[in-house]
Amino acid sequence: MDNILELKDLHVSFDTFSGEVQAVRGVNLELKKGETLAIVGESGSGKSVTSKTIMGLIPKPPGKIKNGEILFEGKDLLKFSNKEMQRVRGKEISMIFQDPMTALNPTMKVGKQIMEGLIKHQNMSKSDAKKRAIELLELVGIPNPDARVDQYPHEFSGGMRQRVVIAIALACNPKVLIADEPTTALDVTIQAQILDLMKDLQDKTGTAIVLITHDLGVVANLAQKVAVMYGGKVVETGTVDEIFYNPKHPYTWGLLSSMPKLHDHSNKLLAIPGSPPDLSDPPKGCPFAARCPHAMKVCVDHMPGYFELSETQKSACWLVDERAPKVNPPETIGVRGE
Amino acid sequence: MSNKEKLLEVKNLKKHFPVGRNLSLKAVDGVDFDIYKGEILGLVGESGCGKSTTGRTIIRLYNATDGSVKFANKEITGKKSKKELKELNRRMQMIFQDPYASLNPRMTVKDIIAEGIDIHGLAKSSKERNERVYELLETVGLNREHANRYPHEFSGGQRQRIGIARALAVEPDFIIADEPISALDVSIQAQVVNLLQELQQEHGLTYLFIAHDLSMVKHISDRVGVMYLGNMAELAPSDELYDNPLHPYTQALLSAIPVPDPEIERTRERIILEGDVPSPIDPPSGCRFRTRCPMAMEICAIVRPKWHEAREGHWVACHLHNEEANETKED
Repeated sequence: MDNILELKDLHVSFDTFSGEVQAVRGVNLELKKGETLAIVGESGSGKSVTSKTIMGLIPKPPGKIKNGEILFEGKDLLKFSNKEMQRVRGKEISMIFQDPMTALNPTMKVGKQIMEGLIKHQNMSKSDAKKRAIELLELVGIPNPDARVDQYPHEFSGGMRQRVVIAIALACNPKVLIADEPTTALDVTIQAQILDLMKDLQDKTGTAIVLITHDLGVVANLAQKVAVMYGGKVVETGTVDEIFYNPKHPYTWGLLSSMPKLHDHSNKLLAIPGSPPDLSDPPKGCPFAARCPHAMKVCVDHMPGYFELSETQKSACWLVDERAPKVNPPETIGVRGE
Repeated sequence: MSNKEKLLEVKNLKKHFPVGRNLSLKAVDGVDFDIYKGEILGLVGESGCGKSTTGRTIIRLYNATDGSVKFANKEITGKKSKKELKELNRRMQMIFQDPYASLNPRMTVKDIIAEGIDIHGLAKSSKERNERVYELLETVGLNREHANRYPHEFSGGQRQRIGIARALAVEPDFIIADEPISALDVSIQAQVVNLLQELQQEHGLTYLFIAHDLSMVKHISDRVGVMYLGNMAELAPSDELYDNPLHPYTQALLSAIPVPDPEIERTRERIILEGDVPSPIDPPSGCRFRTRCPMAMEICAIVRPKWHEAREGHWVACHLHNEEANETKED
C-alpha cells in the first residue's frame, strides 16, 4: 500500500512578542489509503498546528514553515502556490472543525454552503449541485433533507450542525479528511452518533482520516494507527493495539493511566506532575524529561531518536535503548478488555 | 446508608426561567435527592439537562422557583437575613468550571484567596491572614511565592488550584464543584481530581460534583445521579449504577462513552439514541425521555414516572421499573 499523505521532518514556528514559539518541531507521519490515523496530545502539543499546516491554513506571518515536506500523493504541498492549494483544499483534502457552532456561515443556507465546493471544484450546475447537496444531507443522516437544505445553521442543533459540516467536507469525495476534535463540543450520546457516522462513511467512501483528539476513548473507537504528540514532537507511534496494550513511552503511560476506567475500582489516578514545556524556549533534550518519573541524565541533554520496536511501532525514548535500566510500565497499562 | 447523617436535603426543587410571553424554560423541574455528610455525590447529564442549574440553585446563585433545600436541617431557600446568608456562604462554597473566567484578573492571588477570610473576619491580623493564605496555597500544591502574582501568570490547572484554595479559605462543610475539570487537559485533570479527593479525606468535606464526563464522575463519587431534561432519571451508589443501570437513558449514556481500550471498542454493542434532547421550554408530556427512549410504552406519554427506590439505595424514575413491573422482573 502506498502512502497517500506523508509528513517529513515538519517544523512550524510562530513569531510572537516573547520570541519564536516552535509549535511543531520535526514531525514525521504516514497515512495510507482508507486508514484512520489518530494524533493525540494535550493542548499545545502541536497537533492542531500540524493539521492546519497540511491544509495550508497557517497564517503567514506570524507563522512560518521552517523545514520539511508534506507529500500528498508524492507531491510536496508546501511548494504549491496559493492558487494550486485552493484546488487541493476542499477537493482532495478537506477538514472537519471542532466547533460546529462557529464553523458554518450563519448568513448562508446550509444547502448553499454544501454547494459552494461542488460548483467550484466539480463545475456542477446549480441544480445538480443542489441535488447532490440533498443526497449528502441524507448520507449524513439528516431527516427530511429536501426541506433542510433551505434552512440556516441556527435552525440546526449542535449534533445536526456537525453533520452538515461533515457533509460539506465530504462533498467532493476527498481522499484525505482531517477531523480536528470532531466530537469535543458534543454530548456523549451525540458523540456516539457522529463517531458511528464517520465509521460508516469511511466504509462507504474509503476516505483516509486524520483524527485529532485528546480523548483516548474516541481513538480506541475510530483509529487504526496512533501518533502521540508532546512538546511539538511525535513521541510514539504505532497501531492502536500497540499503543494501548504495549506502550513504551512514559508519556503514553501517563496519558493512559490518568484516565479513569469505567470498570476499574481503584481509587487513585496516576497523574502526570507538572505542566507541558514552554515552546518558545523548548528543552534541549526530551521535552517530557522534566515531568518524566524515569528521566535520566541523557534525557535532559539529548533528544532521543526513534527506536523501532516493530514494523509499525516507534518510540522516542531513551528507556528503550539497550543500555538503559529496565523500567516497568504502571500496572494498569496493557490490561486487555476486562 | 440510611443511618448516615443528611447534610443536604433537596425536595421537589424547581427552577424555571421566564422566556418571553408566558413561556418558561424548565431548567430544573422537580428533583429530589439527599447528600450525606462526608460523601461525594456526582451529578451527570448532557448539556442542558439542568445539572449546573441545580448546583447553582442550591447555593442560591439562582432563587428556586419551587421546592425546598435543607442544609443541616435548616431550610435555605426563600428570604433570609443577612446574617443567615453570611453563615450559609461560609459553610457552602463553589468551585467553578472555567478557571480563566472565575478569577478576577485585577486581584492578586493573595487577595482572591483572602476575600472570604476578610468578609467573615476569620483572621485577626494581617500576619495571620498571610499565614493562612500561604498555608492554603501549599495545601493545593502551589507555593507561597505565588501569593503576590496575578491570575494571568498561571496555567489552567494552577488557576483551578487557586479556585479550590479560595473555596477552602472559609473552612466550608460543603463544596459544589461545577465541572471543575472540563476545561483542563487530561493529564492535568487527574492532578485536580486527586487533589479534590485528598482534601475531601483530610477535611471531611462533602461534595456535589457536577460533570458530564461519566468515567471521571464514577471514579470520584460515592453515589451518582443522572439527570435528563430537568428531571432526575436515576440515582444509585456509583458501582451499582454502572453495573446495573435501570433507566434506559442511563444505559444509553453508559454505552455511549468511548472506552480507552480498543478491544472493548471493537466488540461492544452501543445503544445509539436517535435525535436530540427536546426543548426544555416545551418538554414532552409524561416521561421526559420517552421521545428518544428505545423502550417507550403507551403509559410513558401520559403519566410522569414516579421517583422511587427500586432497590435499596437505588432510585429511578421509569415505568419499566415501577412496583408492579418489578415483581415480575425481579429474579
